[in-house]
Amino acid sequence: MMISELTATELQARLTTAGLCFGCGPFRLRLNSSLRLLFPVLHKLYAHYPVYDHSGVDDYRMTLDWASPLRRWLRPVVRFSADGPAPFTDVSIEQAFPTLEWGMNWCIAVRAHHVLMLHAAVVERHGRVLVLPAAPGSGKSTLCAALSHSGWRLFSDEFGLVQPEDATFIPIPRLISLKNQSINVIRQFSATAHIGSTYHGTHKGSVAHIRPPLASITRMKESAPAGWVIFPRWQAGAALTLQPIAKDRAFMMIASNAFNYEVLGELAFKAVAHIVKNCEIYSLVYSDLAQAIHTLDDLTQ
Amino acid sequence: MLQNQSPAQYASALLINAVCEPQQLSKLSDCDWDLLLQVARQKRLLGRLYMELKRLCLLSSVPENVAAQLRAANNLVTHRQTVLAWELNRILWALKGLDVPVIALKGIAYVIADLPPASGRFFADLDILVPLEHITVVEQRLLDRGWLKTTLSPYDERYYRLWMHEIPPLRHRERESEIDIHHTLLPRTHRFNFHAITASLFTEAHTVPNSEAQILAAPDMVLHVLVHLLFEGNPEEGLRLRDLIDIADLLRYFGSEMTFWSQLVQRAEQLNLGRPLYYGFRYLQRLLGIKVPAFAIQTTARFAPIAPIQWLMDWLVPLAILPEHPAYPRYRARLARQLLYLRAHWLRMPPLLLIRHLSYKMWLRLRKVPRYIDIKPQDLQQL
Repeated sequence: MMISELTATELQARLTTAGLCFGCGPFRLRLNSSLRLLFPVLHKLYAHYPVYDHSGVDDYRMTLDWASPLRRWLRPVVRFSADGPAPFTDVSIEQAFPTLEWGMNWCIAVRAHHVLMLHAAVVERHGRVLVLPAAPGSGKSTLCAALSHSGWRLFSDEFGLVQPEDATFIPIPRLISLKNQSINVIRQFSATAHIGSTYHGTHKGSVAHIRPPLASITRMKESAPAGWVIFPRWQAGAALTLQPIAKDRAFMMIASNAFNYEVLGELAFKAVAHIVKNCEIYSLVYSDLAQAIHTLDDLTQ
Repeated sequence: MLQNQSPAQYASALLINAVCEPQQLSKLSDCDWDLLLQVARQKRLLGRLYMELKRLCLLSSVPENVAAQLRAANNLVTHRQTVLAWELNRILWALKGLDVPVIALKGIAYVIADLPPASGRFFADLDILVPLEHITVVEQRLLDRGWLKTTLSPYDERYYRLWMHEIPPLRHRERESEIDIHHTLLPRTHRFNFHAITASLFTEAHTVPNSEAQILAAPDMVLHVLVHLLFEGNPEEGLRLRDLIDIADLLRYFGSEMTFWSQLVQRAEQLNLGRPLYYGFRYLQRLLGIKVPAFAIQTTARFAPIAPIQWLMDWLVPLAILPEHPAYPRYRARLARQLLYLRAHWLRMPPLLLIRHLSYKMWLRLRKVPRYIDIKPQDLQQL
């Protein structure tokens, strides 16, 4: 059963009692919240995630609720926590949903050390994945959103999860988070993209979230090996360039891009070496999104 | 759940059974695993569970995402152990030529000496022991070679220097590990301190193959964990179950030789630590079902407290050391943690000093001076 198949009352009942248990990629999450404003948002944007039974082994147990009973009425603020003390400072109720999204990322980033975590967007076609590792602000999420609405299957816009044993990528189809100008860019690029409300004035500016396409969630247990690694960089007015990157340099770029390369040590070294050996690796500078997608399509035919 | 068991008893039993009889873990239901992972995470024992399952070749018999969570925790543990072993290596390098004995304490000692408690054990800081008369040169040398002092208020700095058994922690400017440099095992003002014979910790210490650091002699090592367990309560965390498990591991390892037990009792008496040893034996038997030889029990019986204190400790210690059910925290467990914290402070310094110290801390709290500055990821991103 998917979250969209729950009635609004059923969804609320779960969130306010034992918790809403649902699956995202390899993880089983449990969410508790009594924030009414969150319910319709979850119903829409989490629509395709499978609902799980209450009894099971949770990976992350998250709570997003009023910081205190008093703060529900007086300058309302909410607090995110997961199995322990709150990792973030409290935020105003308007920012509840983006905070939940960041909170979920935080859970994965600090705990999922059984896999190598690249800070990368990942999409798949013809059984191989295209990895887009990049620093924030380089247009990785925008490119990822456009690709996942142009025939590619979304793995993740934030985490390239790599199984250390065989260096295959594991899908974790979380919502794609768009910032500032890229929200409109994607609205214009794709009529089918389901984009939620825009939240203004967060610590990352304005953000909006795209619901992962249905197919990316129904096939979220299907891993795939990497075929291409592209380091993207959006630059206003630039002519498109696609430059191969030497393998030794690529190795360092991927290793330093990972969240937990040091933690996994030798396992991480081998996984990155495997990826570098088996992939075509390029840097991509672009200004026109449609042209960039076209180039990537050609490259990966 | 058994009918006559409270949620807290059930959660404790799950964790204690997992630690004492890991071979039974493959029979757990999903619901039990879910609870066990939460309490084991609370007590920082996930890495240990992973290593036990690995040793017993049972990793493939537990649910897939349980194995993943345990592996994740253990990868982090392995990384911490590597990082701290390297930190120790760098400290020994920096101290070369000073001719000062350096004893590795606690976690790092288990790692370099390859002792059983090292297996899957998470530890945050690096603890070393050097003789008091050399501590100034050691600190100066480390400061010259790239370590930095952590910023403390003048009061805290004084607190460390005058009353504590360690100097304020140092941290290398390029690395994140904090190092605690001790000159003895208990604060100078502690009721149980043994100043006069601190030097014997060094004369009794052992060398370790492949390291220039030394480790404490077996009885001293056990007594040190006991001291840590019983005199360092924390009102949030309670007494550390992990310390009790370390002691159990050490006793099992060293205790196969019968002479060890009499040495342990003798040494406890010498260091004025008979009472902690008495409690240690008592709660190891009661909480973990560890067998202590009858003669060791008999010879420590004379260290027992008077009956009312004994009764009180029997009520407080299990409440403060065993895990709580995360969904049903109990007020009396919180009370027990706080009372043992007070007890730890009561023993830590003489009454007048304690009153002075607590009034100062209370004053800070009233003025809302933060005890430490907590920088959250969000705050950093706001720059």
